[in-house]
Amino acid sequence: MSDEILIEGDAGFAAVAASERPLLSVSGLSKIYGARIGCIDVSFDVWPGEVLAIVGESGSGKTTLLNCISSRLAPTTGTVSYQMRDGRMGDVFRMSEAERRHLMRTDWGFVHQNPIDGLRMSVSAGANVGERLMAVGQRHYGSIRAEASEWLGRVEIDADRIDDQPRAFSGGMRQRLQIARNLVTEPRLVFMDEPTGGLDVSVQARLLDLLRGLVSDLGLSVIIVTHDLAVARLLSDRILVMKEGRVIESGLTDRVLDDPRAPYTQLLVSSILQV
Amino acid sequence: MSAQIATDAAPAIASYNFAYLDEQTKRMIRRAILKAIAIPGYQVPFASREMPMPYGWGTGGVQVTAAIIGPEDVLKVIDQGADDTTNAVSIRAFFAKVANVATTTRTMEATIIQTRHRIPETKLSAGQVLVYQVPIPEPLRFLEPRETETRKMHALEEYGLMHVKLYEDIARHGEISTTYAYPVMVEGRYVMDPSPTPKFDNPKMHRSEALQLFGAGREKRIYAVPPFTEVVSLDFEDHPFEIQTFDRPCALCAAENVYLDEVVLDDSGGRMFVCSDTDHCEDRRAQGHRGEMAGHPLETAK
Amino acid sequence: MYVAVKGGEAAIANAHRLLASRRRGDASVPALTLEQIAGQLALGVDRVMGEGSLYDPELAALAIKQSRGDLIEAVFLLRAYRTTLPRFGYSEPVDTGAMVIERRVSAVFKDLPGGQLLGPTFDYTHRLLDPELAGDHPVAEPVRGEAPSEKALRVSDILAGDGLIEENLPSEEDSDVADITRTALEFPLGRDARLQALARGDEGFLLALGYSTQRGYARSHPFAGEIRIGEVAVEMVLPELGFAVCIGRVRLTECQMVNQFKGSAKVPPQFTTGYGLVFGQAERKAMAMALCDRALRAAELGEDITAPAQDEEFVISHSDNVQATGFVEHLKLPHYVDFQAELDLVRRMRAEHAAAQATGRQDIATDASREAAE
Repeated sequence: MSDEILIEGDAGFAAVAASERPLLSVSGLSKIYGARIGCIDVSFDVWPGEVLAIVGESGSGKTTLLNCISSRLAPTTGTVSYQMRDGRMGDVFRMSEAERRHLMRTDWGFVHQNPIDGLRMSVSAGANVGERLMAVGQRHYGSIRAEASEWLGRVEIDADRIDDQPRAFSGGMRQRLQIARNLVTEPRLVFMDEPTGGLDVSVQARLLDLLRGLVSDLGLSVIIVTHDLAVARLLSDRILVMKEGRVIESGLTDRVLDDPRAPYTQLLVSSILQV
Repeated sequence: MSAQIATDAAPAIASYNFAYLDEQTKRMIRRAILKAIAIPGYQVPFASREMPMPYGWGTGGVQVTAAIIGPEDVLKVIDQGADDTTNAVSIRAFFAKVANVATTTRTMEATIIQTRHRIPETKLSAGQVLVYQVPIPEPLRFLEPRETETRKMHALEEYGLMHVKLYEDIARHGEISTTYAYPVMVEGRYVMDPSPTPKFDNPKMHRSEALQLFGAGREKRIYAVPPFTEVVSLDFEDHPFEIQTFDRPCALCAAENVYLDEVVLDDSGGRMFVCSDTDHCEDRRAQGHRGEMAGHPLETAK
Repeated sequence: MYVAVKGGEAAIANAHRLLASRRRGDASVPALTLEQIAGQLALGVDRVMGEGSLYDPELAALAIKQSRGDLIEAVFLLRAYRTTLPRFGYSEPVDTGAMVIERRVSAVFKDLPGGQLLGPTFDYTHRLLDPELAGDHPVAEPVRGEAPSEKALRVSDILAGDGLIEENLPSEEDSDVADITRTALEFPLGRDARLQALARGDEGFLLALGYSTQRGYARSHPFAGEIRIGEVAVEMVLPELGFAVCIGRVRLTECQMVNQFKGSAKVPPQFTTGYGLVFGQAERKAMAMALCDRALRAAELGEDITAPAQDEEFVISHSDNVQATGFVEHLKLPHYVDFQAELDLVRRMRAEHAAAQATGRQDIATDASREAAE
């Protein structure tokens, strides 16, 4: 993938060092709105290839946290550092805007709950997928189209829909298109905000299955925000449980869901899993 | 203020500085022009003045011309490639009146050429200045209406959206269907609107020996392409930029590879195609070139 | 034989000659004098001065006469003259608190220091055409009252003090006031530049936007705190003297809208204001300006921006009628070169479409979204 701005470092050194260091490191992150707390003093690491779920009820601060670490929202305090493709750690909020925006359209992805927020609704599916490629300098129509077509296939959208606008797509197809649009530059880290919210149960199941396949095939790191513990169980390796802006419990997904320690987590698990 | 009304107010009003604008304003515009030349393709904001012709009728070009014109200059003004279209006549008369400069219709003789919608067919040379009248200077405007956002897109060279539009054209029509105001990349850095010239004229901007200045009065922007600057029309490697071609020569001067106007001859579908650049056409006819309808009388509107 | 679409100098000259004749009208009827226009069409003159940004009733009257009563054309004439004038400097801020008041009404108090003063208003007239005005009937002398004994405090000054209304603090000492006629607008604007743009904005456009806020598109719960019309002194510091001297008087209309405000993360609950200030007697314009000013303060006050009247780029970029009329009317200019390019494309696309239809393919979409000619 085109990668002009990031300079390749010593590949051997980076390869060894990279696997020993987190891909993303969040430290002491707080976001305060006037007297209201968005999230407070959150620290965690995400490792290459790891899927981290942030769970909690609505209003628990999980979306605020996601927006802060993906640099869509400036935190009040705290740092977010990211291991760039050259192995060096970059402080996300100290980067120039150009560097940050480049990161967001190459090495990162962001899947919105509502696909309308993440797609260009009046532009064809092919151009939606191809936009990132063009943004990083690809100028061959045929190969952009071929790559878009391949990605549509990977997210199970028929090739003959390539020139249709997403407004003619069902909710599930739109969401799959949004995922393809994000993955086309082969990002290493994808943020997802309730990606299955608002979909029918059967459509949700298909999407989750697809996501699980893509994550393991591509070795993606994912930070996924969800209120649905079943989604977290299916996709994630590790869980952070949030309540009133704070992380109250974290651990391996199976451990947290099978043996929750915080009373609040116990309540969440019992109320959802036993339905 | 004074309640007294003088009925002879008009004569006092009628005195204007050389080339209409006051010298302070000219200096301000020249500073903007210098900055524009220093950063090819970048839109420099300037404090555009109200001019005695309406916004959208060439006020940007007129201000640029007024700021650079001197008594020794020879001015040519064209609209649609023609020297005798009404707006060209009007602007030429304006400068003849307020700057008392020599005017010409001959491209070769002009030191400053102000234009709307065309670049002359005759190759321009060093020392000449081509001043474009620009309605909407922002090439991203119809993709993103917000100035605050387009400024950021230029600053960060985020031009992916521009290619999305071209991609959509090809996906729908099999070709890029922008025919005029076709966006260009200047010196590998800024995407620029060449003003609504037909894309036929885009190649003439590339490495032109003449200085090209662009004035947008209503939108308050000046930009420039200095001599010998790279001007590349946006395209795809496998769908390269192409200019319009005409399948016949000019009916009056038999010129080929020039831009032609279609003229309706009668109400039964009769058409003739003639040079849009009137000076070029006259020049060729003077040299003895004859098209198939060369004897045809031309009538002028009364 | 065809007629080329090419006008020569003769055609233009003849058109202008015809225009001059039409402007004069029936030569057996006396020509309007500038005194008549300035004296009897005074509100038209005021509008032209306001939107033309030049306080000169005589030139405004001339512009109205020259434009055959087309006020936007008259504004344009005045602007094009104004822009050539040398700039000697800037006046001191005018003190509208010290205005010699001819009209002053407040909708938020029954009575207030300085009193309510109706002045020369259309309010409470019954809009019945008056046949007497067709002639030149004598008009009764206006009734003169005593000058009010107390100073007419501005409503914002009355409400200030107990913190009920936001304070209008002057900007920092050393910061120059913006001048939108000398520097290019850069969004987002400061309130100074925004108010200047609104002051010369088109009355009809601002009226419609202000009206839209009352109908729920960014509702701001306005009260007409005060509208005052009268003359103020214009003072300027002359470098030779080193102090301010009065260089003349101008008639102004000032409107302070008082708006309910529930407070936000940034600002405590209090009344806020929208401000309008216009040359001459131009009450509708001043009120509309004040409504728009308040709506455009949404970002500053931490309000959601949901309606057109709150969108600074939208409002300010389209409020200038000289710009708007020029660009709309430029569509009259020849565009045949670009049209030729489009003709060529449409012909080719139609041919391809027909060919595709013939081969049974039905799915070629035609792009209806071509931009309008520029």
